[in-house]
Amino acid sequence: MTAVMASDRTALAGGRGRVTPVRALVDTLVVAERNLISLVRIPEALFFSSVQPIMFVLLFRYVFGGAIHAPGGYVNFLIPGIFVQTMAFGAVQTSIGLAEDLQKGLIERFRSLPMARSAVLAGRTVADLVRNIGVAAIISGVGFAVGFRVTTGAAGFFAGIALMLLFAYALSWGFAVIGLSAPNSETAQVMSFPVLFPLTFASSAFVPVATMPGWLQAFASYQPVSQVVDGVRGLMVGGVTDVAWHVELTLAWSAGLLVVLAPLAVRRYRRRV
Amino acid sequence: MTVAGAIEAENLQKTFKGGVRALDGVSFGVEAGTVFGMLGPNGAGKTTAVRILTTILPPDGGSASILGYDVRRQPAQVRRVIGLAGQYAAVDENLSGLENLRMIGQLTHLPRRAATARARELLAQFELSDAAGRSVKTYSGGMRRRLDLAAALVDRPPVLFLDEPTTGLDPFSRVSLWSVIAELVRDGTTVLLTTQYLEEADRLADRLIVIDHGRVIAEGTSSELKAQLGRSVLDLDLGAEELAEKAHAALVEQLGRGATRRASTVEVPLDEGPQGVVDALRVLDSVGLTPAGLTVREPSLDDVFLALTGHVAEDSPQ
Repeated sequence: MTAVMASDRTALAGGRGRVTPVRALVDTLVVAERNLISLVRIPEALFFSSVQPIMFVLLFRYVFGGAIHAPGGYVNFLIPGIFVQTMAFGAVQTSIGLAEDLQKGLIERFRSLPMARSAVLAGRTVADLVRNIGVAAIISGVGFAVGFRVTTGAAGFFAGIALMLLFAYALSWGFAVIGLSAPNSETAQVMSFPVLFPLTFASSAFVPVATMPGWLQAFASYQPVSQVVDGVRGLMVGGVTDVAWHVELTLAWSAGLLVVLAPLAVRRYRRRV
Repeated sequence: MTVAGAIEAENLQKTFKGGVRALDGVSFGVEAGTVFGMLGPNGAGKTTAVRILTTILPPDGGSASILGYDVRRQPAQVRRVIGLAGQYAAVDENLSGLENLRMIGQLTHLPRRAATARARELLAQFELSDAAGRSVKTYSGGMRRRLDLAAALVDRPPVLFLDEPTTGLDPFSRVSLWSVIAELVRDGTTVLLTTQYLEEADRLADRLIVIDHGRVIAEGTSSELKAQLGRSVLDLDLGAEELAEKAHAALVEQLGRGATRRASTVEVPLDEGPQGVVDALRVLDSVGLTPAGLTVREPSLDDVFLALTGHVAEDSPQ
């Protein structure tokens, strides 16, 4: 009787019991919803995506800003940098969250369910994307309040938002790799910051690269975060030479990171038990 | 399809990086609708076996099937017929009980509405309705285990794996979880249960195996194993060494079997159950002795291991 029940179930699931693309999408959205609920309920995560960026805006605008000279006024220079920096910092939550899920056995439960295997990582990164849309809205609000002005029009502004969301999405997969490689969530956090700090601070996000020593300029000018920041800056407030070049480089970096990191994350996910 | 074993494992092998042999040729079969116990100390290979049977981990060698589906070649079908509740209570702490169960329901392909209804039904069944909307962070250990078990039952799986379901629980929560499991079995679910507690295996399992260092070292029904492995022991406390000596001599002489004296206590093995207690007390009475204290001990897992392997169950890293 039990055996009959079992074959009925598999028949319902469709042939060999494989997961269809539609199911994979539904599973991804279910996991994404779960991660977004967690985001709202974990104070640290919520802090990183809301309070912290506001503090950074205020800190750089009013404390450091007076000492930093940038073409077009510092506030217009700063806000595109804050956008990208906040999204990069937020991606750390992905590494912490995945390491925690592994540690607590939640991933094992997911693996024993008849769900799409890809949904755990896809759901996590889609949740990041949704969070980053919220982050973009918060920073835009604060930015406008402290004097940030878009000089290129709505199309340029939204193109800039889209560009940073794409890059942040690629970055999420990178932090997923870190989270899946760490033995626990604390280590995941510790492993994330050495990657994050040089990328965000040794970049054109907060100060013009030209003010840095020569050896640092070599890194800061070419690393991906600078490309995104310069691309976004060019799209939103102008004053950047070769905007198209930075945008193209950002697209190339994002595609490259995705092509390398997503399969790597999936492989790590398959191997980790 | 023939209703052979609901769970079949044949010569399962698994060696982890670093050369730890977690499973070294484990074979067993579980009949549909029965509870199968897997008894062993930490690191014996119980969890590895469960991971292989639930498609989480591939075996290095051997084969296994659930309701006829091969765990290696048909993992998707296997996942549709199994439920897993682990010792780590794998639920999302940030979600409420309802949100957790609804998520699992949706991931087992129930539409959202049906998943919510099923979640409410399970919360009621596991007496968690009052805590349905609270995040799991606020739950007690026993409540988490109940939620974890409920999560394994969302899809009404015909085969259920319970990996040390009561480890770390207080006695009250343990007993209440046992009655839930017993109820499931009455409904025809096939259950594979791993445990470190002989008492738990005894209460729940129809048949059981004892594993140690990745090998099956004993197999049978609970009473067969108990008869083979260890028996209850009567501890008689005489209050003073010289009285214990006198009692020991009388018991050995009149009962004609081995009894051991430790300080002021005499231990009498109870080969024929409660009758042995009566016999022993008669002997004491006949020589004018009354014990100051009396305990009947069930054989512990340690006794079982000592009897089977000659070594005490030791904790080794998983």
